[in-house]
Amino acid sequence: MTQTSYGPDDGTLDGNAIGGLLRELFGTEMTTASGTCATCGYTAQVAQALVYLDAPGAVMRCRACAAVLAVIVRRQATACVDLEGLAALDYPPPSS
Amino acid sequence: MAGTAVLGRLTWQVAGVTAVRPETPSVRTIELVVPGWAGHQAGQHLDIRLTADDGYVAERSYSIASAPGEPVALTVERLEDGEVSPYLTEELRVGDEIEIRGPIGGYFVWDGADAATPVLLVAGGSGVVPFRSMLRHRARIGSTAPVRLLYSARSLPDVIYQAELERPGGGAEVIYTLTRQQPEGWAGHSGRVDAALLGAVAWPAERLPLAYVCGPTAFVEIVSAALVSLGYPAERVKTERYGGAGAG
Repeated sequence: MTQTSYGPDDGTLDGNAIGGLLRELFGTEMTTASGTCATCGYTAQVAQALVYLDAPGAVMRCRACAAVLAVIVRRQATACVDLEGLAALDYPPPSS
Repeated sequence: MAGTAVLGRLTWQVAGVTAVRPETPSVRTIELVVPGWAGHQAGQHLDIRLTADDGYVAERSYSIASAPGEPVALTVERLEDGEVSPYLTEELRVGDEIEIRGPIGGYFVWDGADAATPVLLVAGGSGVVPFRSMLRHRARIGSTAPVRLLYSARSLPDVIYQAELERPGGGAEVIYTLTRQQPEGWAGHSGRVDAALLGAVAWPAERLPLAYVCGPTAFVEIVSAALVSLGYPAERVKTERYGGAGAG
């Protein structure tokens, strides 16, 4: 049987989608930074994280365990950046 | 600071629309003139910000469709119920100005410097846009890197850049699969991209290829998992997700 659909999309994006926001806040390209989840220890580039933009602000979750890594909420000129779910955020990433 | 393409803070700036070109009934390419544009890499994107009369602001990211060195171009698909894409695909005219910032991204990029590594590009729908930049870049720099594009579209009329992809240049290969509707006598692939199709068209894992997968989120999850099942190391499968319908 030929399958014609790839299945439902739930609006999940990835870290590429917040490249502009992160560069605005950190002043440099951050999607290649290495992030380590404080909950499960999984390490990956920011580009690979799950990202949701439909919440108030941007929510970044671990691709391995789905724990919240970061929440970024902006109101007018102020950005509230909560990185509590990250054990480490290394930029430039450690060379592999 | 001007002149910093990769590092440095991002600022919103005004770009002028110099050309609009229909690609399919729901997709069009928009060429921009961006004062002080410091250049981009193939695969990068930029953010667009629209501000309504009442102050409501909507931002979206769009992949850059043109090669490094060419005028900045975006290819935008109109999404039903979208906040930004209907304006960009139906109302924007030559001479209009829009707010942009970019270029953005350092992960989903291909610089063409490595001619020995075969590259597999897998596109779902408008996920083909960054690959047009990569294919043009490859042709412009005369790269001999083996590149193969597998492009999943609903039907032939939904294929973006169809004429250009017939002659991608430099021996690059373009392979289609049509998921919903095939023309009479269609000799290409049908149905969605899965491990069986990838097993037939992807570079063998033994050649240590690099894969880029771009499209709707469900497409990217299926394709990237299938490539890993074929022996591609996960870190050699770069992914960019457009989300689902309604994201535009």
